[in-house]
Amino acid sequence: MTTQTILPIDRETLAALSQNNNEPAWLSALRLEALELAGQLELPIVEKQKISRWNLDTYGTYTKSPAIQSVNELPESLQSLVKLEENSSVLVQRNSSVVFQQLSAELAAKGVIFTDLQTAIEKHADLVQKYLFQAVKKDENRLAALHTAIWNGGVFVYVPKNVEVDLPLQAVLMADDANATFAPHVLLIADSNSRVTYVDNYLSTDAIGVDQVVHNGVVEVFVNAGANVRFASVHHLNATNVTYRRAVVENDGRIEWIIGEMHNGNAVSETMSVLKGNGSSSDMKVICTGTNDQKLSITTKAVHFGKSSDSQMFTRAVMRDQASAIINGITKIEKGATKANGEQTEKVLMLSPKARGDANPILLIDEDDVTAGHAASVGQVNPEQVYYLMSRGISKQDAERLIIHGFLAPVISEIPLENVQDQLRSLTERKLGQ
Amino acid sequence: MATHFKIDGLKAEIEGKEILKGLSLEIKGGEIHAIMGPNGTGKSTLASALMGHPKYEVTDGSVELNGEDVLEMAVDERARAGLFLAMQYPSEIAGVTNSDFLRSAINARREEGNEISLIKFIRQMEGKMKELEMNPEFAHRYLNEGFSGGEKKRNEILQMLLLDPSIVILDEIDSGLDIDALKIVANGVNTMRSEDRGFLIITHYQRLLNYIKPDFVHVMMQGRIVKSGGPELAERLENEGYDWVKEELGIVDETVGQEA
Repeated sequence: MTTQTILPIDRETLAALSQNNNEPAWLSALRLEALELAGQLELPIVEKQKISRWNLDTYGTYTKSPAIQSVNELPESLQSLVKLEENSSVLVQRNSSVVFQQLSAELAAKGVIFTDLQTAIEKHADLVQKYLFQAVKKDENRLAALHTAIWNGGVFVYVPKNVEVDLPLQAVLMADDANATFAPHVLLIADSNSRVTYVDNYLSTDAIGVDQVVHNGVVEVFVNAGANVRFASVHHLNATNVTYRRAVVENDGRIEWIIGEMHNGNAVSETMSVLKGNGSSSDMKVICTGTNDQKLSITTKAVHFGKSSDSQMFTRAVMRDQASAIINGITKIEKGATKANGEQTEKVLMLSPKARGDANPILLIDEDDVTAGHAASVGQVNPEQVYYLMSRGISKQDAERLIIHGFLAPVISEIPLENVQDQLRSLTERKLGQ
Repeated sequence: MATHFKIDGLKAEIEGKEILKGLSLEIKGGEIHAIMGPNGTGKSTLASALMGHPKYEVTDGSVELNGEDVLEMAVDERARAGLFLAMQYPSEIAGVTNSDFLRSAINARREEGNEISLIKFIRQMEGKMKELEMNPEFAHRYLNEGFSGGEKKRNEILQMLLLDPSIVILDEIDSGLDIDALKIVANGVNTMRSEDRGFLIITHYQRLLNYIKPDFVHVMMQGRIVKSGGPELAERLENEGYDWVKEELGIVDETVGQEA
């Protein structure tokens, strides 16, 4: 090794922790192997953002939070997010562990599994082992390796063949302890011809020091043949945020991503669909807001292997103050993916002269018989639009607010839970209000 | 107080080019004035300058509404003071529904804490949309996005009906309208005729004036009003065109600010 990487945990502590949590031998081995890789691998390459200068080393230690009996025991800021009824399915992770979970009896009877990943490993080891870290690999880069070594809590969803889940499954993942590791792993498996909607929120409280704890999370989604998954996620963290989301989609499967990157800290996120199967499709809608001196790198990516596969990407970012965002959209069509179609749009709205936004549409196409398109724009609030609204008596400030909300509305209105939609609206208001 | 709108010696330029060259006009409550003229004579510039479009700079003259200096006001203040411009090319704003926009515009005229109730607003909006034979679905569409030319014009009139202005400027409201739509729009304007409201109708064609009877007709050329008269003037223009006016006044090129 040429460079000395300081790891947040040593081998012995990690081994002991895994043992304390009664993890099976394969998982302990995987964690230790990944830790070693983390010492060897480089940081991921993030275009135009110097992430090596970011705070990426503060992870705290594994801290198990006590289980709670009702959502009322959670901080007030969270309670409004969860409307707990008898038939709702909700899971809450606090810092390093899951503290609350409820699965509707109806779904349980249909064989749906919705629990924390650590429990799933105990009870459904074969299922988990078959999929865990198959979409995001431990050796991709230092951050992915580190996540593999230290992930905790987490969410596991399994929807059996032909089962349709009508109500969204909801997870809330929160950090409020400056000394606790916060690295959830979400694993969602939709078996053939099933259908499910999943919504989660990641947030941190204002407790002192929490803004220093790095969130390093991974989401893996497996959409089997003919299955349909809607995955909505809103991140609102005060600390550095690293998230890799990846879906592998089989024949005629469909993944819809609806993502709100509403951080207060620096963030790297990559949301990717691997369209393996013929006729598979992916739809991504991402919004992102940046304020103060935030630095953001937001990537959407679709990789087409399947014939007649289709991908749509739609990213909108609003930047103010000195915030800077690099918005990448990557459509990759592999040789053999005939009749594939990929469309992408990235738009950045800048509200301050020092804000910066780059929209980079990238098409990488190795097959002739395909269609693909992209559009990107970076600009300020259109003065003609402001004039039009003002000519009806609306103040300049309100006119701009309407336009900004309108810019983000196509994504916000897609969020499957109304109270999460409301939260996203008030976050936008709070972050971008003058 | 009776509405009194007074434009005096107005000069305005765009990107350094003078388009309005000293235009004067007085409109009182209850009056309908029509400004006619060929393309490129400054008609739309007049509308934009009065509303306060950021691209137009007023260099001289004054505009008063009920004794208040309009030119000192920001665009939104002009609107709240009672000025309304139905635009020739209204902006499209994605993500903002027509009804959210209309409600914001109505509430901008009301004190904070005294906003219009949702039920009352919807009742008003739906009532007016019905008068204009607009599909109710347009309330939930994004503002002007994907509207046809005629739908945009109806939407402008809808705003006029809901905002109850005291001076209404209609900039080429008839362009792009078929005869049925024209009648509906004209009807909307006619229902708004009242003693305390004045109208300024800018148009190329006399056609619209068959449905909205003006009290005064003005001809605009070279950035100013060159001839004024009653409704009979519009009819003569329709029958004989503008050449006789040019001849009478010794005007060779009626346009203003055009590139040679």
